[in-house]
Amino acid sequence: MGVGIQVKALNAWYGKTQALYDINLHMQANHATALIGPSGCGKSTFIRCLNRMHETIPEARVEGQVQFGDFDAYNGTSPTQLRRRVGMVFQKPNPFPTMSIYDNVASGLKLNGFRNRKQLDDTVETALQASALWEEVKDDLHKKSGAGLSGGQQQRLCIARALAVQPEVLLMDEPCSALDPISTGKIEELIFQLKEKYTIVIVTHNMQQAARVAEFTGFFLLGKMVEFDKTEKIFTNPSDKRTEDYITGRFG
Amino acid sequence: MNGPRPVLEPKSARQSVANSSPLLGAGSGEWMDTGFRLAMLACALAVLGILGLIVYELITRSALSWHAFGPKFFFGSDWNPVEDQYGALPFVYGTIVSSILALLIAIPLSVGVAVFITEMCPKWLKGPLSFFTELLAAIPSVIYGLWAIFVLVPLLRTDVEPALAKTLGWTGLFSGAPYGIGMLAAGTILAIMIIPIISSITREVLSVVPQNQREGVLALGATRWEMIRIGVLRNARAGIVGGIILGLGRALGETMAVTMVIGNRPEIAKSLFAPGYTMASVLANEFSEATGDLYLSALIEIGLALFLVTIVVNALARLMVWSVTRGQPARSHV
Amino acid sequence: MSEAKVSSAKARSAPPQVSVWRRFVNHLMTGVAVLTVLIVLVPLVAIFGYLLYKGFGSINWAFLTQTPKPVGEPGGGMANAIVGSMFILAIGSLIGVPLGIGAGIYLSEYGRNRFGDAIRFISDVLNGVPSIVIGIVAYGVVVLRQKHFSALAGGFALAIMMIPTIARTTEQMLLLVPQAIREAAYGLGIPRWRATLSITLRTATSGVITGVMLAFARVAGETAPLLFTAFGNQFWNLRLDQPTAALPLQIFTYAISPFDEWHRQAWAGALVLIVLIVGAVAAVRIAVSRGTLAGAR
Repeated sequence: MGVGIQVKALNAWYGKTQALYDINLHMQANHATALIGPSGCGKSTFIRCLNRMHETIPEARVEGQVQFGDFDAYNGTSPTQLRRRVGMVFQKPNPFPTMSIYDNVASGLKLNGFRNRKQLDDTVETALQASALWEEVKDDLHKKSGAGLSGGQQQRLCIARALAVQPEVLLMDEPCSALDPISTGKIEELIFQLKEKYTIVIVTHNMQQAARVAEFTGFFLLGKMVEFDKTEKIFTNPSDKRTEDYITGRFG
Repeated sequence: MNGPRPVLEPKSARQSVANSSPLLGAGSGEWMDTGFRLAMLACALAVLGILGLIVYELITRSALSWHAFGPKFFFGSDWNPVEDQYGALPFVYGTIVSSILALLIAIPLSVGVAVFITEMCPKWLKGPLSFFTELLAAIPSVIYGLWAIFVLVPLLRTDVEPALAKTLGWTGLFSGAPYGIGMLAAGTILAIMIIPIISSITREVLSVVPQNQREGVLALGATRWEMIRIGVLRNARAGIVGGIILGLGRALGETMAVTMVIGNRPEIAKSLFAPGYTMASVLANEFSEATGDLYLSALIEIGLALFLVTIVVNALARLMVWSVTRGQPARSHV
Repeated sequence: MSEAKVSSAKARSAPPQVSVWRRFVNHLMTGVAVLTVLIVLVPLVAIFGYLLYKGFGSINWAFLTQTPKPVGEPGGGMANAIVGSMFILAIGSLIGVPLGIGAGIYLSEYGRNRFGDAIRFISDVLNGVPSIVIGIVAYGVVVLRQKHFSALAGGFALAIMMIPTIARTTEQMLLLVPQAIREAAYGLGIPRWRATLSITLRTATSGVITGVMLAFARVAGETAPLLFTAFGNQFWNLRLDQPTAALPLQIFTYAISPFDEWHRQAWAGALVLIVLIVGAVAAVRIAVSRGTLAGAR
């Protein structure tokens, strides 16, 4: 089961430039929350603050609080421990090129010391099934390299890899923007199913996608969160004029 | 939107307990992270350590000679181990002359090869030609020396030097008996050895010149050679000079091949036919036989001088090449 | 240019001509360039040709398995030198390769700062230090302390030469690994040290190995740093604390000797050396390309 995410007074900087201003947000467990907004509005920065990937950039800084269910992301948890509970799928599929499909999916477990062969086999199969890739690759698990798949398959592989670690939350940073429409559709279906077990936060440029997969949507603009509400309300009757302008395509 | 497909149940009973990630108990290995970083830092410090070691050893062990002779060491031309009198001028002279001679021969050849490969060569020939010039760089110095003794030197002795003496003997540079062994042989074999470096850097630097520079000149109606001269070579000048200086650095320190053909006589002579001696050669020949602390110290002082000169020359060359290729030293030039 | 005006004044329909002189110069320079290529290829062909011609006939089983005979006696071989070289190279690699790769990892993963820049610059500069100077340093550090020549001293000298080279090539290969790969590893909760070794380094493996092999091939042929460290030996020696024979040293000693018999063997030794060097590099290149083409394991 997934956990809820509580964000309080989150501010983030790249060196001297501030990228996020005082974000407050609650994302419900086992639901999908979409983050939309024009380029450069901070939504990617925000999602990277959730699993502390923002810190890996030199001179980057974060202030504020991020709480997952019962644990605080910034106090008392190391980034490494956090990231085992909060998984991430990136914009461009990035399977490990020198590893087979099996090794890719198992990497999160194997490289953290988890060695039991039988359990690895089971976990890999479960994860690949959960990401709807099992049928397509089950005969080539050890023979094909992760990089030898199509774009859509690679992204599903990355999802399986993230799921194998059994996180409680899955962060997705524009997961479909590098994919063709059919692959995109498959992944959206996936998100629909994954909601039952995980909490999903998805950054997307595609408003229709947000409308399709997410119950809640947050609209970001210039580093601030302008509006956050049920997806239906955001898209049919937004409270803020700026949200309305964005939705109707007046900018961004 | 289709209805959701049923999520297949996990196989093992252990994993059916939702939410218990198998990694929840695993440590985060923070001390391993720090330990690893320190270990890698230690390796990087080894590089500093090497530099420090070189400087320390050379300075402390040459101190004796430095105190005995002072700076005059490099201007005295009397190298006399028997009487413990040491003047290193013949070696300095030999090093400089052999290197300059090598550059004079190597520069036009290297630049010519580089220009041909980058600007004139048909595509199918580029790969093999580049490969062959790089192959020259892989040949060990002692093998160059071996070939030089038994093939180059006889050639110089019987054909080249008499011809030079006949035609250019009036300059004084080609006088005296044509032994074959001597400064000319050393300069020639050095030239062959540094051609790959100069050529390879020149090639890199030429290939970095943007295509629009070439097209711009061609569009004005230039011939291919004019395009090369105005649009390419002029732009790459700094880098080519850097490559030349790098070649110089290599020539200054080259030991084995030179030792085998230069004649190993600590004398200063005008003629290129005469035998000579370089700083690296005297080290190779006399170091292991040096009896006496002052003798050894004098040799090490020569080593220190060689070290400092090559450091300065190489640093200068790197800076010039970096200024053109913007800090991408790409391949390590052997 | 004036000729263009003249000719276009004469016949407006004809395009301006490139002057005869300019065309001549163009062809001349092309010819000069071709000539330089030919001149440069001559020594290359000559060296390999002579190595084969003069060395091939002398390589026989005796040469490869026997030690040198006393001066004046025909026969004998360079077996001790070949094995000695391998011994010294092994010592040098044992010290130099891990330190070099470690330094390269530091430069690429932790050294994107001023300190890293300093190390980078020093590495590049160290690569240009004459190998005979390195020999002097190894002499001071090892030989004078042990009070004798040794394979250890020789290996130490070679290690000093390998470290800066391997550090730079390793760094460059690691930098080629896309940042996205590292991010994927961090995103999975893999600790940084593990990600660097098992993901980043693993992705760059073939390039790193090639870099190591090139450094290895370069020092395999070095004579100068061994002149007063390993020193050479007419007999077998596999102890760490005695003078040891090495192939390049043996070639040098024989080449400058006055004996024809030794000259003959010098050519044979040179051929063996070049074959070993080229062979080692080729073998690694093949093994590496096979490994990556076969896909993941």
